[in-house]
Amino acid sequence: MRHLLSAGDLSRDEANLILDTAEEMRSLADRPIKKLPALRGRTVVNLFFEDSTRTRISFEAAAKRLSADVINFSAKGSSVSKGESLKDTALTLQAMGADGVVCRHGSSGAPHLLATSGWMTGSVVNAGDGTHEHPTQALLDAFTMRRHLGSLDGRRITIVGDVLHSRVARSNVLLLATLGAEVTVVAPPTLLPVDMSGWPCATSYDLDATLPKSDAVMMLRVQRERMGEAFFPSAREYTRRYGLDVHRMAQLPDEAIVLHPGPMNRGMEISAEVADSTRSVIVEQVTNGVAIRMAVLYLLLSGSNETSEESQA
Amino acid sequence: MSPASVPVPRTVLDASDISRALTRIAHEILERNRGADPVVLLGIPTRGVGLATRISERIAAVEGQSVPTGSLDVTMYRDDIGLKPARALEHTDIPPGGIDGKVVVLVDDVLFSGRTIRAALDAIGDIGRPKAVQLAVLVDRGHRELPIRADYVGKNLPTSLVERVTVHLTEYDGADAVLIADKTPLASEQPRVRTNDSSDARDGVRF
Repeated sequence: MRHLLSAGDLSRDEANLILDTAEEMRSLADRPIKKLPALRGRTVVNLFFEDSTRTRISFEAAAKRLSADVINFSAKGSSVSKGESLKDTALTLQAMGADGVVCRHGSSGAPHLLATSGWMTGSVVNAGDGTHEHPTQALLDAFTMRRHLGSLDGRRITIVGDVLHSRVARSNVLLLATLGAEVTVVAPPTLLPVDMSGWPCATSYDLDATLPKSDAVMMLRVQRERMGEAFFPSAREYTRRYGLDVHRMAQLPDEAIVLHPGPMNRGMEISAEVADSTRSVIVEQVTNGVAIRMAVLYLLLSGSNETSEESQA
Repeated sequence: MSPASVPVPRTVLDASDISRALTRIAHEILERNRGADPVVLLGIPTRGVGLATRISERIAAVEGQSVPTGSLDVTMYRDDIGLKPARALEHTDIPPGGIDGKVVVLVDDVLFSGRTIRAALDAIGDIGRPKAVQLAVLVDRGHRELPIRADYVGKNLPTSLVERVTVHLTEYDGADAVLIADKTPLASEQPRVRTNDSSDARDGVRF
């Protein structure tokens, strides 16, 4: 494997390899020297065309802990704001010798274009493209769930909220299905894609009926910035029907955990009490994110280029 | 490799030979360090971990005191990391007391080029500052490429470069034995790359 573009590209063995590697990477956080030499001399470019705090600093921390050189590129204040095309940006990165490019873009498919166009030879990691995918988020969610629930085989996982605009939901459904979990997405009909037949999951409009049968529940952010029109009558109505508050949380089985990819709209899809409760693993997700991104960068970039191209087949 | 060219391995150490060698190494570690107090055993995965556990059991039987035992993965510290496909990591488990001020005894199955041990020394440097680092190996097969020697050796085994030494342990392979076989180089292998079997076994799913 040379790129990580979609969670759906991962086989079960590959996904488990990333999760197992992340488990080792996570133990680094307990050491006095949080640094490994695996990517010494490699250059990782964080190419962010869209705003992001946690994903960018998470990738930056991951690359630095593996001793890679990190170059941060954000569209604001760069030549992109002067109208430079993706192709010319890619050619620039190639000329600078980027071994790995972590790409976030507002348009679905931009990382795929970077990886397959031949503009550059480095490995591409999709850090979120439009409403398409966010594979490292799905991996860190699966990693967090695995640490709490053990194997995900047969586990019932519920994803709630704005599935239509959510790259997190799509990546999670694909990855969790690969790992053997039974996924249910719950959303108002307006916030589900028109055709869900290709998704390996069940759908429901009723959160209260689904919660008692959930080992983990993942609340998605209501993405107001992607909503040009009204998808539900009011924020208050959304919260009443699809928000997770303490009363709804009480319906969950005893060991069930609550996840949120962040940033949260407290009081909207998740209440403050739930976000700060002992069942919430939201802060842990951030810690695990660094370990997962270290694992992905290590597996994509540490080996030799020639041999990894052979094994791509 | 065609069936005709599969070399027949020869047993050089059997189960009781291995057992006696490990007992002797346990005694030598205690003698050299005047007891078990300062000692921390770190096995290098995979088979070094099994050997470290066995040495630790023998020390406990002799001294009536257990020594902290863990494992140390050196994959990311290897000097050939950029030359081969990415490898799966093994488990690193540092005993709770840490290694600062302790005598760390590294345990591995086969000592060959010495590059694994160099990587282990770098890994230890990132974890703490031990008082001393010593090396125990079950088999020393020679052909060092670095100025590294073992403090405790189960068996010195003169070998040629085309031979391959394989250590089998009950925990991983169902039986205890040290085997030696003539290795027919695979066509796909570069002649420069030398392996001992234990490091091949560390490769997991390849990316």
